[in-house]
Amino acid sequence: MSEPTVLPKPRRRFPFSVRLEPRLNEPPRWYPAAISFGAIVVALFLGGILISLAGGDPLRSYIHIAKASFGGIGVISDTIVKATPILLTSLACSIAFRMKLWNIGAEGQFIMGAFGASAVVLLPVLPPETSPWIFIPVMALAGIAAGALWGFVPGYLKARFNVNEIISTLMMNYIAVSWVNFFIFGVWSEGGFQMSPKFPKNAWLPRLSDYAKEIPLFRGLTTHMGLFLGIAAAIVLWLIVYRSRWGYEIRLIGDNPRAAKYAGINITRNTVLVMMLSGALAGLGGMAEVTGVVHRLQTSPIAAGYGFTGIIVAWLAKLNPFATILVSILFGALILAGREIQPSGVPKMIQGTILVCLIASDFLMRYRVRIVRTGVEA
Amino acid sequence: MTSEQNPKSQSSQTDDLVVEMRGIVKRFPGVLANDHVDFELRHGEIHALLGENGAGKSTLMNVLAGLYRQEAGTIIIKGRPVIFSSPRDAIQAGIGMIHQHFMLVPSQTVTENILLGLDEPRFRLNLHEYDRVIAELGERFGLKVDPQAHVWQLSVGEQQRVEILKMLYRGADVLIMDEPTAVLAPQEIKDLFKTLRTMVADGKSIIFISHKLQEVMAISDRTTVLRRGKVTAAGLDTRRITRQELARQMVGREVIFHVDKKPQEPGEVVLEVIDVCAENDKGLPSLNGVSLKVRAGEIVGVAGVAGNGQRELAQVITGMRKSISGKITLNGEPINNRSARFGIQRGVAHVPEDRTHVGTAPNLSVTDNVIMKQYRKPPIARYGMLNMLAATKFAKRLKDAYDIVVPSVETPVRLLSGGNLQRVILAREISGQPSLLVAVQPTRGLDVGAIEGVQRLLLAQREAGAATLLISEELEELFALSDRVYVIYEGRIMGEVQVGSGEPSESLIETIGLMMTGTPLEQIEREGAAAHV
Amino acid sequence: MDPIIILQAGVASGTVLLFATIGELFAERSGVLNLGVEGMMLIGAMSGYSVALATGNPWLGVLVAMFVAGLLSQIHAFIVITLQADQVVSGLALTFLGTGISLVLGEGLSKAGAVSLLPMFSIPLLSKIPVLGPIFFTSQSVLVYVGYLFAPLAWYYINRTRPGMHLRAVGEYPAAADALGISVYRLRYLYVFVGGMLAGLAGATISLAVSPGWFSELTTAGQGWIAVGLVIFAQWDPIRAAAGSYAFGALRRLILDIQGPLTLFGLRNPFYYNPYWGFFLQMLPYAFTIIVLVIGSREAVRKRLGSPAALGVPYVRGERGL
Repeated sequence: MSEPTVLPKPRRRFPFSVRLEPRLNEPPRWYPAAISFGAIVVALFLGGILISLAGGDPLRSYIHIAKASFGGIGVISDTIVKATPILLTSLACSIAFRMKLWNIGAEGQFIMGAFGASAVVLLPVLPPETSPWIFIPVMALAGIAAGALWGFVPGYLKARFNVNEIISTLMMNYIAVSWVNFFIFGVWSEGGFQMSPKFPKNAWLPRLSDYAKEIPLFRGLTTHMGLFLGIAAAIVLWLIVYRSRWGYEIRLIGDNPRAAKYAGINITRNTVLVMMLSGALAGLGGMAEVTGVVHRLQTSPIAAGYGFTGIIVAWLAKLNPFATILVSILFGALILAGREIQPSGVPKMIQGTILVCLIASDFLMRYRVRIVRTGVEA
Repeated sequence: MTSEQNPKSQSSQTDDLVVEMRGIVKRFPGVLANDHVDFELRHGEIHALLGENGAGKSTLMNVLAGLYRQEAGTIIIKGRPVIFSSPRDAIQAGIGMIHQHFMLVPSQTVTENILLGLDEPRFRLNLHEYDRVIAELGERFGLKVDPQAHVWQLSVGEQQRVEILKMLYRGADVLIMDEPTAVLAPQEIKDLFKTLRTMVADGKSIIFISHKLQEVMAISDRTTVLRRGKVTAAGLDTRRITRQELARQMVGREVIFHVDKKPQEPGEVVLEVIDVCAENDKGLPSLNGVSLKVRAGEIVGVAGVAGNGQRELAQVITGMRKSISGKITLNGEPINNRSARFGIQRGVAHVPEDRTHVGTAPNLSVTDNVIMKQYRKPPIARYGMLNMLAATKFAKRLKDAYDIVVPSVETPVRLLSGGNLQRVILAREISGQPSLLVAVQPTRGLDVGAIEGVQRLLLAQREAGAATLLISEELEELFALSDRVYVIYEGRIMGEVQVGSGEPSESLIETIGLMMTGTPLEQIEREGAAAHV
Repeated sequence: MDPIIILQAGVASGTVLLFATIGELFAERSGVLNLGVEGMMLIGAMSGYSVALATGNPWLGVLVAMFVAGLLSQIHAFIVITLQADQVVSGLALTFLGTGISLVLGEGLSKAGAVSLLPMFSIPLLSKIPVLGPIFFTSQSVLVYVGYLFAPLAWYYINRTRPGMHLRAVGEYPAAADALGISVYRLRYLYVFVGGMLAGLAGATISLAVSPGWFSELTTAGQGWIAVGLVIFAQWDPIRAAAGSYAFGALRRLILDIQGPLTLFGLRNPFYYNPYWGFFLQMLPYAFTIIVLVIGSREAVRKRLGSPAALGVPYVRGERGL
């Protein structure tokens, strides 16, 4: 066998050729957003082709998604409910990615966050009649701690033994699911079902509908306080990344670890800390989901892939915490509406297509494409 | 089956042109590297291609070697116009290039490297048969090397021999040598020149790329000079031209600059390195008991052929590498095996060898890059937060003070030219008023104007009373700037010499050359004394 | 709980990992990290199963699985080789894409009926060898036997042939290979394709031989990721990759089988009487992957060798490096 050709050689005689030139100056500010938008449009088009291949109607699917997620204040509120866990997991991913730590374990950290918060009710750490003013902060801390622990393990292994964090975080996801399953099947099972008993009302995050008496507009709106936790986290994260000494170190390590080492930055310590921060954010997301939406520990609605969607959202938002808020809402819509679309894998596939197009489009940021006439050759 | 299958070479008169390049144009984004360049190579000659860094020599030869495609112009090999779309085409036409950075796969053996890319053997690697053929070829041209050795085990000089063998094995009759002496000690250079003459006698033609006048004068038959992508002198007979004339063609002005080193009394000892041992990245010993001292107001050079422990020395001093034994003190305080940060806080500045991969974060802005050593201190840091206004102000001040040419301090530094990037690093390192400056190859790859600027900054540091350790492979630079020079060889200091101002004497250069190839100073002096008795 | 039966099934299950691991090993040896193994395996499992279902020919299923997964791998190849994007992110995206497409196109397959599987047989003489015979050579799928030859052949190809030498050169020092006229891009595309085909083969090995059927994402259950981890453990050596694969295969079987019997070594089997303890058993392959990574990474640090030098680095001709 002598090296079979995979790609056909380009034909020489074509009068025009596409040339890539590295960009020598910064593109204008609107450019990255335009590229991302273009990538999404292309992805939706490609996704449409795949949907029709699978026997669906792409246009109807997309219209359905738009209606089912933005077609009224009630569904908008539901969209935001779906966006909340994505927001927190994508913030978790974005801070880790900023340091080129490929934490794809936000899913597991999210699940463990939910577990940590649930343990406060189910162990129980606090009695059911505890005031929500104590209950909720304690649950939040427990969720953050559990998530941070789940981030610490791969962070430590990476820092100490140079263990590839992509694989270790992913393995930690599977372990988290088994761990929680053990508890809901065995220890906290309610009547043999694969779920824990429902939490007392005191341990629920307040929803907008809780204030319907004062503000009638809020009647039936499911949006819960997790949204505000998420937005607050986004602001804090922005301050950390762009306005703090620690954030400067993270950015420096992310761009060039050798330069960071040269500048006297402790990469080992930051690896562990950033993984813990990342895990903590995802854990907070898990806590918000279990206390704001599900109200009991149960794997299927919690381990629903929010951690993986967070990866895409972080990338799409170019790791910018504020852009993350907007993109999360878009993806919340996709997931909300996707539940009713057949075949059921469509949202996942569209997410995959978007990510592929997004990465492919990234080269437009680095290169300028020019179509040139090929010169006459002697 | 022999290695010398070369159907295209015909015996011909010595005046025959083997290579003609006509009107070659090659553009890189932002630079016109070759601007209608003509070049001719005759059969059996050594033709020097002379020019400063960035003059376009390597680009032109990369076009000839098929690595780049010219935008305009033609290449004629032995009277036939050719179009090379890959290095393979060029090699088939008998043109082989020996690159400045060796193109050898470290984990493979010499034989494997030589066979790489050929159509033989067909499938199974029967290396033993080829080992013999390659050993014979090496003997013929005086290029001794063990075919079974892995490349990572070889010295730099041996690796160069493998590169040459690679091209000879392919039957190349035109050899392009890109700055072949840059990595060699003076004595190894002599061996190389001997080999080059053997090859020419054997009917090969050689293009010798260099920016060193002395070597061009010593080895070449004819010389073509490039400046800023244009030919300033074509095919001059090297024997009939003076060094000054060549220099003028190369630089474009009569005199080569000369920096002013004022006599100055050094002060207290700032840096003391005592018997330090360290390992390199591969875990092999690279510093074997190095001792040296640097005083305030003094520039101390470290000379040596690349890869003799210079990089590790700089890293051990700046806290980026652990030492196994020995001691390093800064103003009396031990600093080895602490952290880079420990040194930075005590006034150690470091201009690293590798500007883009170590010295800067390419995608971060100029501001972010210049505060790298300042971001922990007020006014830039306050309560763990960064004061971006103060940072921007600091960056703008450095931009003006050090003539950094950049549209704004928000521009990512990857868009800066080499000279500007080096100014960013120097500005950052010097602005902290260091007590010790460790500068590694600070002028490598810069053009003349930039080199002059960098050297002036280093001398200004000396006058301001800083202690400077200058690690360089350019002897001329070491002589121009240093007060004293240590010579390092295989991680050991071979000796120390004083350098005055003005041109260094022949015997001083010879002494340093001997030390660079592993003769300790004591032995040189002993033998010298013995010779006089 | 017959250890011979567990090991016999373990070998079959390890064959899946073997194909995927060696496929990834080829891609990484050429300098391309492809984290999309899981996605490629899924698409292989799905397409192989559905083609076998539609045509009744499992061999055709295997071929289609390899081709489709190979095709999917070329998306990654294009993004990282031609567009020079980050290999980590692109590989992740490939897993998403492969998983999504498999779920969409595999909709309803899980309820489909029986499918004709690849033949299983015993090797006449070898199966009579005590202990080894029943484990390795008795009623195994044909693909398992193919797997035995695979690692040594891969080793021979990489270390003792001319194309293998070119593969190593491209992964270690692409500029050197390029300067000698070896097409770095072409070889990288090729070996990413090889990796994709083998991942597809691994997927088809699951759905058409080892544990037949289509169970959406649970078909592979993270084995693609384990394969990526095994490459690191194997230090990019096919023989070690094979050893690791079979060990993991045996472990998976052990976990399944240990929950069956009433007694274990004469004692009440705690996993039988407390079925939910099985969740801790289920963690084991993943926990072991992490442990294996720690071992592999420490070794790489100690020996200061390991990954191909150019792994994960896009190659751009004429870039003035260093």
